[in-house]
Amino acid sequence: MEEYLDIVRQYDVLGAFWVNIQLAFWAALLSLALGSVLALFRISPIGSLQWAGSAYVTILRNTPLTIIMVFMVLGAWGQLELTLATDFDLNFFWLAVVGLSIYHAAFVCEAIRSGVNTVPVGQAEAARSIGLSFLPSARLVILPQAFRGAIAPLGNVLIALIKNTTVAAAASVATETSSVMRTMIEFRPDYIYAIFFTFAIGYVILVTPVGLLSTSFSRRLAVAR
Amino acid sequence: MDHSGTTPADDQHPPADDSHLGAPLVELEAVDKYFGDLHVLQDINLTVRRGEVLVVIGPSGSGKSTLCRAINRLETIDSGDISIDGQPMPAEGRQLARLRADVGMVFQAFNLFAHKTVLDNVTLGPRKVRGLSKSDAEAEALRLLDRVGVKNQAAKFPAQLSGGQQQRVAIARSLAMHPKVMLFDEPTSALDPEMINEVLDVMEQLAKEGMTMIVVTHEMGFARKAADRVVFMADGQIVEEATPEEFFHHPRSDRAKDFLSKILTH
Ligand SMILES: Nc1ncnc2c1ncn2[C@@H]1O[C@H](COP(=O)(O)OP(=O)(O)OP(=O)(O)O)[C@@H](O)[C@H]1O
Ligand SMILES: [Mg+2]
Repeated sequence: MEEYLDIVRQYDVLGAFWVNIQLAFWAALLSLALGSVLALFRISPIGSLQWAGSAYVTILRNTPLTIIMVFMVLGAWGQLELTLATDFDLNFFWLAVVGLSIYHAAFVCEAIRSGVNTVPVGQAEAARSIGLSFLPSARLVILPQAFRGAIAPLGNVLIALIKNTTVAAAASVATETSSVMRTMIEFRPDYIYAIFFTFAIGYVILVTPVGLLSTSFSRRLAVAR
Repeated sequence: MDHSGTTPADDQHPPADDSHLGAPLVELEAVDKYFGDLHVLQDINLTVRRGEVLVVIGPSGSGKSTLCRAINRLETIDSGDISIDGQPMPAEGRQLARLRADVGMVFQAFNLFAHKTVLDNVTLGPRKVRGLSKSDAEAEALRLLDRVGVKNQAAKFPAQLSGGQQQRVAIARSLAMHPKVMLFDEPTSALDPEMINEVLDVMEQLAKEGMTMIVVTHEMGFARKAADRVVFMADGQIVEEATPEEFFHHPRSDRAKDFLSKILTH
């Protein structure tokens, strides 16, 4: 036991989790912003925006995340020379954040749209009838209610995102959990079960509160009708 | 309106006294609207004058709601012209929004903003559309809420109010925009009977104060007391137009007679 704890310290397992938490944090923010814009596109009265929104969702949602992450590194950076930070490792980190964000934005968009469906059409009609045009009525009336109706599905997207941060390994983020676990197993095969459960339980501890919180918030913030 | 002078011989009606009415405010000209193959509005010609209270009555599915919704362009029309105060309804965008702000609408289902307090429901339009300051908008909102008798509910959320209270807040929300005309689409038909009168009283008061109103309702008491004119619709057409007394006592068309016999006998 003592020896195993030493191994955990030696390979900086906590630090690895911290990398994934940071990936998840930034990707959550960015995908929430991008996903909200996409949702606006999809509910807008303008046909070309609706089309663009649904094309984005269809393509990104059906593309494997690994494909996107590999593309971020070998395509966007390797060939197109997209550089997000001068520091080598930091650049990979942000490329991974962008890859995670554009992928999960598609799911955020769909979660918000399911929230929009919880808002009766009469709300939009009342907003229009007092003279609010599309953007103000979306911002002031529809989206605030839609977000509150979308907390549970958004929680599910966040849970998926947290777990999917491990795919950052495919974008050469070598300090995140799955990469560290791989190294540990290679060097300490005598502890494979302990290693596996360390990471598995780590994610359970990380993800469970998200599910509990989103359930409780979605109940507490539900719009009374 | 005073109808005491209109008790004429059976088949004769003096012209209604319309001296209190102003220039045309809402004008519909040859309006047609289809839902797919269904011709819901058929060549509708209608003029509502400033200060006039028009009651629209007719069987379910005759197009009354569609007519109301076409006037503030919640529904598009396929041909014809609708103008408010001489201005044709613009097709889309900011200009349409501006003109809509001049047309109040009260819905059957109230449609108060569920995530906002009563006070915020009433101040939203004045602040975001008219650009009033928060304090000005709130002062005005409280005055209006007082007028419709729900000032003490200002801090509550819509779901905490009775239907009658919600509908009165909805009226205050419309009034806060200082509309030129108000549309009411069956404002009392979702209410429990004991709450109908509190809403009708507010509407009658508005009518007395000279608000131009188009009211879809089957409340004959309201029509008798407040309406200048009744329009009877059936199958997407205006079948009959008359003063309330004329219409309820001497309907001319068979459709109207048939309809009245049904709503009067229950
Ligand atoms: N969005 C829509 N799509 C298709 N058909 C519609 C739509 N809205 C209304 N209709 C149809 O148009 C006709 C007129 O509807 P409308 O709601 O204007 O009638 P109404 O006179 O208000 O009836 P009610 O007294 O039941 O409210 C009805 O046959 C209705 O089914
Ligand atoms: Mg109707």
